[in-house]
Amino acid sequence: MPTETLIWLIPLPPLLAFFLILLFTRKNNALSHTVGVVAAATSWLLGMLVFFAAVGIDHFGEHPFHSAIAWLPTGETVFNIGVMIDPLSAAVLFFVAWTVLMIFIYSIGYHNFGAPKGDHDKPGLPPHGAEDHGHHVPSVEPMYSRFFAFIALFAFGMYTLVVSDNLLTLFVGWEIMGLCSYLLIGFWYAKPSARDAAKKAFLTTRIGDVFMLLGIVALYSATGTLNFHEILRNENILHMLASSPSGVLGLSAAGLIGLLLFIGTVGKSAQWPLHVWLPDAMEGPTPVSAMIHAATMVSAGVYMVLRMFPLLSAGWHHGDPLTTTMTVMAFFGAFTAIFAATIALAQKDIKRVLAYSTISQLGFMIAALGIGAYVAAAFHLVTHAFFKALLFLGSGSVIHGMEHGVLHTGEHVDPQDMFNMGGLKKKMPITFWTFLIGGFALSGFPLITSGFWSKDEILADAFANHHYALLITLSLAALLTAFYTMRQITLTFFGEPRTKAADHASENKLVMTGPLMVLSVFAIIAGWVGIPEHFPVIGGLLPNWFHDFVGSTLLEHPHAPDFSWIPLGISLGVALGGLGLGWLVYRKAGSEDPLRKPLGPVYTLLENKYYFDELYTKIFIRPAGVIAEKFSYWFLDRKVIDGVLHWIAQNSVNLGLVFRDRFETPVISGVADWAANSTAAIGRVLRKVQTGLVQQYLLLVALVAFGGLFYYLFTVLR
Amino acid sequence: MPLSWYLVLAALLFCIGLYGVLARKNAVAILMGVELMLNAVNINLVAFWRYFTPDLIAAHAFVVIVFAIAAAEVAVGLALIISIYRRRKTVAADEINLMKW
Repeated sequence: MPTETLIWLIPLPPLLAFFLILLFTRKNNALSHTVGVVAAATSWLLGMLVFFAAVGIDHFGEHPFHSAIAWLPTGETVFNIGVMIDPLSAAVLFFVAWTVLMIFIYSIGYHNFGAPKGDHDKPGLPPHGAEDHGHHVPSVEPMYSRFFAFIALFAFGMYTLVVSDNLLTLFVGWEIMGLCSYLLIGFWYAKPSARDAAKKAFLTTRIGDVFMLLGIVALYSATGTLNFHEILRNENILHMLASSPSGVLGLSAAGLIGLLLFIGTVGKSAQWPLHVWLPDAMEGPTPVSAMIHAATMVSAGVYMVLRMFPLLSAGWHHGDPLTTTMTVMAFFGAFTAIFAATIALAQKDIKRVLAYSTISQLGFMIAALGIGAYVAAAFHLVTHAFFKALLFLGSGSVIHGMEHGVLHTGEHVDPQDMFNMGGLKKKMPITFWTFLIGGFALSGFPLITSGFWSKDEILADAFANHHYALLITLSLAALLTAFYTMRQITLTFFGEPRTKAADHASENKLVMTGPLMVLSVFAIIAGWVGIPEHFPVIGGLLPNWFHDFVGSTLLEHPHAPDFSWIPLGISLGVALGGLGLGWLVYRKAGSEDPLRKPLGPVYTLLENKYYFDELYTKIFIRPAGVIAEKFSYWFLDRKVIDGVLHWIAQNSVNLGLVFRDRFETPVISGVADWAANSTAAIGRVLRKVQTGLVQQYLLLVALVAFGGLFYYLFTVLR
Repeated sequence: MPLSWYLVLAALLFCIGLYGVLARKNAVAILMGVELMLNAVNINLVAFWRYFTPDLIAAHAFVVIVFAIAAAEVAVGLALIISIYRRRKTVAADEINLMKW
């Protein structure tokens, strides 16, 4: 089969699985997860075939796999949709296929497949555990099959987005993921917090989506096509877009469209100021968090701006000052990176720390893209997907182990609070080691972990192109990242257990730890494909394959930053310094955060996420409520619309009354009644004749006959 | 004998019959009054035939039809009267006022 056909087939198995599970296998848990995992594995296999086919081709960027069919007639032309795999989407396809498959397998264990049904479990609530021979044991998720159906649809959305060759089908996949994030964050819909989080995620990302759609429309009206290859590898179109003014804020058309598309990414990838939904998305089951944070949704946001980079940077060449759009991206990315990193410092919930970490890392990617470090951003996207999926699944494993302990001891503690943990290293060794690898990769632990190479490349690029403010901001963010990661690892795994539940936590089954091990392998080796050529000692041992491969996506092959000791030193310093500091501060922590006292009010500020939720409630949600209540409901609806309607109704009634009193009653009813009454009156008179006596009738006949006779005799004959 | 004698006789007979029909209460008697009126007509018919068209047969035919009708009328009338008597135990015409409003 030609590779193009395989690409068409990649998204289909999860979609098929979605329908199969919902329509047929819903009642059978084993069948449902089999369908789901087989679908994910099929897509994985197809993805790998396509990926390795792509890797084997020279100058792949110039001749990507592409296949299209005519879809919508648009006047004289036809809108084509199709699939395309170029170097960038091949790289994304690689990590999506792996992480999605791992998340599917992991979900089987996470939802306690094979465990007994809980006695009090209700659909829409997390399972509470069951009694089994006098022991508290975990119980199976009540909506087990539904989970696999939704997550399969989620995977379908991401695959569609990755393989599509134009912005419209990309947007379709994008929106399918928006829907799935809503469905899955609110998976335990009987919990009010989950419901709210689902709505928040949906509405917040929608804000971005609306702007993105505007950007798509603007791009289509400017170029008449949405096909990536036609726009992004066409110098004439890019030049035309870059040189024609948009009339807004002095931006070029390309700048404005890029900015609009970027706002879509701000929503989807949870950049400041639309970051508020992502931490709340932790309300969903942990595999969902991993799915959103690593494999699909937030990666999709970064993928989209990477994809559209030639448009975003149209008119910019390496070494030029940044365009407005790129400056905006660099600023938002860097700000988000440090902003979210500081919040992560003071979070207690193990998953929330990771959520803010994701926001922060996505900020790194956006910032890198903003300064034109295209390959570095893509590289960080790939490595981050692996180690963040690993960390999320690891945190899910920790929570699962803790829940086990909570069930066992009957203690009422929050199994997600890191200050209830401690000493899990001995209880859950596989989870510990894999989490350690993931955490070190996130921190950028030198040389071996993947996170080091990608983060270092971003810093090196910032340094080489003299973006020092950005370099300092990102370095600080990286320092904080290493610090809070070590805090997390230390609080969770080292020291003594702080609760009985943590003391009784136990390692999970292979179905959960297996994916962790696979992902931890990638968390290390995924970085080795992109080691800079002039790196001391090990540079050049392996060619910088990633740079050459992904770089060939662009028309102008990006320039690899020259090696310098300064960014490398910074990179080493922040990673090791952060990790070391984290270890020092937290290794003897009790149930209270040691930073709370020295930081004082700042800690409270961070703990409350700079009060952004409260701020948004005050400036957006409350006013919206007031507008809805006072203006829309009370004034517009009750007074204006209802008023007009009531006025019309009242006047109609009055007019009707006039017609009734002046016309209907006197004229129509009058005539009819008169006719009826007169007929009745005549009848009353005439019925006197009807005596029923035949002789009287005959007498009458006789009288008439004689009368007629006499009349005849006396008048006619005379 | 002049024709007028027959006609007077017929007129008297008719008036007697008419009186019987209008004045008698007994339904059988009313029926007899009707028969008298029919007979008066027959006398007229025969008289006119004898004095004006003795060589034609049309009057005889009319007379025979009147007989037939009279016989049929009596047959039906008596049957009705007997039927009424069975139901209401009376043949008085003013008590049989079923058609009154």
